[in-house]
Amino acid sequence: MTYLNSFLFVGLICLIGQIILDNTKLTAGHITSIFVVIGALLDTFNIYDMIINFVGPGAMVPITSFGHSLIHGAIAKANEMGVIGILMGMFDLTAAGIVSAVFFSFILLLIFNPKD
Amino acid sequence: MEKKDYKEIVNRHKPTESRVANAITSFLVGGLMGVISVFLTELYSYLFEIPTKDATTFMIVTLIFVACLFTALGFFDKWVNFAKCGLIIPITGFAHSIMSAGLEFKKEGLIYGVGSNMFKLAGSVIVLGIASAAFFGAIRFLIFGGV
Repeated sequence: MTYLNSFLFVGLICLIGQIILDNTKLTAGHITSIFVVIGALLDTFNIYDMIINFVGPGAMVPITSFGHSLIHGAIAKANEMGVIGILMGMFDLTAAGIVSAVFFSFILLLIFNPKD
Repeated sequence: MEKKDYKEIVNRHKPTESRVANAITSFLVGGLMGVISVFLTELYSYLFEIPTKDATTFMIVTLIFVACLFTALGFFDKWVNFAKCGLIIPITGFAHSIMSAGLEFKKEGLIYGVGSNMFKLAGSVIVLGIASAAFFGAIRFLIFGGV
């Protein structure tokens, strides 16, 4: 069941992105940025948490979950420390993704050269 | 050559892209990414005996590593051209944009090339994400009282 939910959810998000990409002048950069903002907006009202509970790990794959993770870490820290926690906890959950992307890219860039 | 003839020739050689086919492809590829993510999460959860939430982080790191490696090897670009949003919207697109910007500017050196241009494409996601998350986070914390 988790497999089917994840298939449908990630597929649906990609489908919406593709429809926007094909029918408007927006580029891939616009769409990913908009989706991150939407993810953050949905988590403001706890909606994205419900989606994650329902869909499972698949809901963490689309870029919308990046906005969700940013705001989630911020709120968790803010509950401990007060308003300043929003600034301190922002990267608590997304750090793994960003750091691994930069680290792997850098190591691989030292090894590989661009093709053509 | 007449302008009309020229347009005809251009139209004949333009790659034919069906929006419906694009939509179906990205739906299927995106769905496949979802299935792979669940499989990896359950695999890690079983292998390392950790809760699903921790295994999710392992899964995301794996997807990022695979996307970076395939981009470096040169064939991920073709996949992205084929699947479009099916690979751009999942976290693989984020890794792909960092890696391909790095590869493009590698010839300008490691500091001014790679260092300053790595986030050329992915930077917009991070900046807008942080700005909106700080704004919405403040709203949620101050008005709804956190939680």
